[in-house]
Amino acid sequence: MAISDKDVTWVEEPEMTFWEALFVPAIIDGLRTTARHVTGYKSVTQQYPEQRPELPMNYRGVHRLNKDDAGRVKCVACMMCATACPAKCIDIVAAPAPKNEEWAGRDKYPATFVIDELKCIYCGMCEEACPVDAIELTHIYDLVGTSRQDLTYDKEKLLDVFEQTKNSGRDPIRTHMGRLGPASEFESLPPLGPATAVPTGDKAARGVSSGVISS
Amino acid sequence: MNDFISASLVINIVLGAILGGCSYLIYVERRLAAFIQDRVGPNRTGPAGLFQPIADGIKLFIKEDVIPGHVNLFLFILGPSIAVFTTMLAYAVVPFGPPDQIQFTLMGMNLDFRFIIAPQIDIGMVFIFAVGSLAVYGIILGGWASNNKYSMLGSLRASAQVISYEIPLGMSIVGLGILTGSLNLERLVLHQAEQGFWGWNFWAQPVACLIFFVAALAEANRLPFDLSECEQELVGGFHTEYSSMKFALYFLAEYTHVILVSLLTTLLFFGGWQFPLIAEVDSAYTGSALVKVGVLLSKAFCVIILIMFLRWTLPRFRFDQLMGLAWKVLIPLGTANVVMVMTVKHFELPSWWMFPLSLGLVAVVGVLSVPNSKTRYGALGMAGGRTRIAADGVLPPGLGKRIPM
Repeated sequence: MAISDKDVTWVEEPEMTFWEALFVPAIIDGLRTTARHVTGYKSVTQQYPEQRPELPMNYRGVHRLNKDDAGRVKCVACMMCATACPAKCIDIVAAPAPKNEEWAGRDKYPATFVIDELKCIYCGMCEEACPVDAIELTHIYDLVGTSRQDLTYDKEKLLDVFEQTKNSGRDPIRTHMGRLGPASEFESLPPLGPATAVPTGDKAARGVSSGVISS
Repeated sequence: MNDFISASLVINIVLGAILGGCSYLIYVERRLAAFIQDRVGPNRTGPAGLFQPIADGIKLFIKEDVIPGHVNLFLFILGPSIAVFTTMLAYAVVPFGPPDQIQFTLMGMNLDFRFIIAPQIDIGMVFIFAVGSLAVYGIILGGWASNNKYSMLGSLRASAQVISYEIPLGMSIVGLGILTGSLNLERLVLHQAEQGFWGWNFWAQPVACLIFFVAALAEANRLPFDLSECEQELVGGFHTEYSSMKFALYFLAEYTHVILVSLLTTLLFFGGWQFPLIAEVDSAYTGSALVKVGVLLSKAFCVIILIMFLRWTLPRFRFDQLMGLAWKVLIPLGTANVVMVMTVKHFELPSWWMFPLSLGLVAVVGVLSVPNSKTRYGALGMAGGRTRIAADGVLPPGLGKRIPM
């Protein structure tokens, strides 16, 4: 559609002076600008394999599954992440936690936890959905594999990513260093997640009604 | 027999130097372009990327050579061959050193080494222009044989451009011919060298130098005159259908032309191999011939660097501006320059008169190009016009005043 006449302002070009009409001074001026880039040369290129980029702290790379202070997987298999995932790349099979010393205080755990890293769009919604801060996105960006199978991350691989990244400084365990998240405790108001701020008037900010949950 | 051997020796040296020079000039250009754009450029292949031209050459040789089914095969192959052949041919009369002969013995034969392939060709410059304008055949054939409308348009543009710029190119040399009395390149250089630094033709003919340089850039299809090849309007230009070594040959031809242009600019206007104190006509110390070759090549290298800088400084011309520059500015200016030289010669004025007179010519062109405030056009028909911008925007400073509508 053409622009209507009332939306157009006609502007006269400024008068051209004698020196501008000669063109040569303007060309010399331009050459001086070009030469300044050579004489005051400062490269902006990052020599990639040797120099790694400084990624922002909220960079969203490969996922990891956090462990609690007992070394167990933090995940409680609530399926919130799989539900939130827009790409449907998370597949969890939940199982009741084994009745032994190691899993004391836990009801449920993921028997398998598989993320298809090729399907994932790295939106970070699983991280926001997780009530126990079990799944997090790390700064690992150079993810490669030779087959589709290589990039289908199961629970062991995701826990491995946790071991690789927990001390890197860029991927701190964001909440409850080592302790299990509040979703499995159900006693106090859950602290806010890493990226979501809940307004005070919101019903999610209200405390859990007493007597609903019996311990 | 001895002449034949020494001539083929010179030819081999010249060809080798041109081909090697071309590949390394491409490296220099890529690095320089990178520096100008605050990048690094090719730096991975070998120390500081010095093996990059070799790697590129190998790549171009072993790449798949696609010949589309719809092309005219004979002309398709002939195109790049002519392009390289004609630009190489021009080197026959270009001296790359002083007119000395070096005698030496090789395997029992007494050979004369000259710094030119074909010495004492009196039509020197005419030969170069004649052969150089043949180069447009390579482009036209390439575009035509590709059987593709974009290639065809590119080659049409190229031919119109090259033919238009032949005229100012020839016109700029006429003045030199009158001053020197010869078009022999060796004589042209010697004439300047005998008069020392202030005898360089640049001082007598600055306008001719400017016209020659601009027109020669256009002849070589170099930026800002590379209208025959462009990604925006023509997909690629005349070489859209070419791949592998045929594609490389076109670019070899273009680069060879750039070297030729810079050598000629040096020889015609900047005293060739002459340089004050170290390389005068009568300097006869050992190795002076080599020093003179070095001086000539370094001067030519400076011109090449200038061409590269111009490439990253000036935006491309629009096609009508390109034609306007040739027909409305360069050709009248070149003619006026010839008249100026003839006047100076006729009244036997001292030759320093030509420098202020040339500046006067440039000033006249400047006055004629200043656009009239009523017609928006200068007397030469260049520049002018109206710009329109959206109404709600605040006018940027320096844009001029609103026209009430």
